[in-house]
Amino acid sequence: MEPLERYRPIIDDFEAFLEACRRPLGTAVRVNTIKASVERAIAVLSETGTAYERVDWNPRVLRLETDSPGSTWTSFHGFTYGQEEVSAVPAGVLDPQPGERVWDACGAPGGKTTQIAALMDDRGTVVANDNNLGRLSALRFNAERLGATSLAVTNQDARNFSMKPFEFDRFDRALVDAPCSCEGTIRKNPDALEDWSEDHLHSVAGIQKGILRRAIQTTREGGTVVYSTCTFAPEENEAVVQHALENEPCEVVDFDLGLEHSPGVTAWDGEEFDPSLEQAARIYPHQNDTGGFFVAKLEVTA
Amino acid sequence: MAGDDEPIADGEAAAESDDESVVESDGETAVEPDNETAVEPDGESLEENVGQRFDRLPATAAERRVEGRATREEVVDYFADRFGIPAETFEEYTFWEKGAGKIWIYAGEAPSPIEIEAIGMTCLRTRQEHWKPTTDFVQRFGRRATDCVIELSREEARAFIDGQDQDLEWNGDWGYLIAAHEIGVGSEGRPGRDGEAVEGAALEPLGVGLYVHGELQSVVPKGRQRSVSDRR
Repeated sequence: MEPLERYRPIIDDFEAFLEACRRPLGTAVRVNTIKASVERAIAVLSETGTAYERVDWNPRVLRLETDSPGSTWTSFHGFTYGQEEVSAVPAGVLDPQPGERVWDACGAPGGKTTQIAALMDDRGTVVANDNNLGRLSALRFNAERLGATSLAVTNQDARNFSMKPFEFDRFDRALVDAPCSCEGTIRKNPDALEDWSEDHLHSVAGIQKGILRRAIQTTREGGTVVYSTCTFAPEENEAVVQHALENEPCEVVDFDLGLEHSPGVTAWDGEEFDPSLEQAARIYPHQNDTGGFFVAKLEVTA
Repeated sequence: MAGDDEPIADGEAAAESDDESVVESDGETAVEPDNETAVEPDGESLEENVGQRFDRLPATAAERRVEGRATREEVVDYFADRFGIPAETFEEYTFWEKGAGKIWIYAGEAPSPIEIEAIGMTCLRTRQEHWKPTTDFVQRFGRRATDCVIELSREEARAFIDGQDQDLEWNGDWGYLIAAHEIGVGSEGRPGRDGEAVEGAALEPLGVGLYVHGELQSVVPKGRQRSVSDRR
């Protein structure tokens, strides 16, 4: 927990935050509406004796009372997908529509990619990219289990992603759920902070900036880019978006979020960020009893 | 990349759905796709299948340019003739071949040929005497099937998804069947943005079984097999 001390100045009720970070996280699943309605999934859970609780902010997210969400009938049928509650946030903020062209820049292992496909009623083109073939294999397995037919899976470095395989040259929307230091997953992975170092933050931030810039470049004017991480470090969050604001045609825009959250920060470690970054959302574990998350929504302006 | 998603059984994904060997990349070097190697069909002699890329299936045999390649018409007819899945189910989908005989179904946009990792989902194995649909395809589209669907009890379904072969009575054709069971009945389903509406009473497909000599062999791929125990 020691690395988290640096966030004391920016987190309200820091003791409650630390205390939440020490508690293990329950099991959550997302209903895969490509294969089943929420009602159907719930009917199967009830019939087969798996206790569940609905969350109030998203009708498709359920908390399950089981340690093995993969050994349920709903999982076998691809009606549910084990996914941390806050992980369902960015695809909702992206708000993809049926028929659109959408890029998931860091798609593996496929939870958010398949959620994007589901939000599009599995109609349109979701280009699911990842630079790691092993993780892409997991994405493909998960996507097929969930019945997603709208995915085109690519294996490229997102920072210089080539549109060459496709006949279109811009996406309508892009999600950058960036590789990060994963501080916010501490409740799921107790050793998440083991290799923590400021050097690591800075090196991963370089990669994040490159991916976010490429996402803006490949998205059409008026299109939407969502940037998210599961970490608290402003170096990997607001500073990355700030870098995009300074180098690419885009602006931060507001969005609705049914979860309690804090605004993005506008100053950190001697650096000032654009005031619009207050429209980004920081989700802390003690606010909704979830993992930690950051999400910002951008509109491409040229 | 929150590391919170469902894990998969080790390495079995590759075994299920891929001819390629899965190698770890260091992930840091840029990968530029090869220059396009598409060759225009000359309309005379049939070409050899190229295994490393996705080619869209020709609409009909008259348009076939590649030796042994199934046509869209044959694929749609197969699903209709064998399982009674209406042809219009596939109106908005395209079919593609990669590897020898592996057919993929895709809802999105792509030029043909295309060299990427995957396109839509695998749906059918052709270039063999008896074509074989995939487990994931029948789970996705098999609700519309009316023929060659064998209904299993909950107990039989549990054994089936655990990969067990079972002696069962079946009066229809031998060969590949859709195994299905009744589960979660009574819900109405929600249309629109919550996905397709679900007929509450419809049988829910589990996967593909091979029926011969009084036995239903489960061909659920190892990585998809599960031991499910109901609590009630």
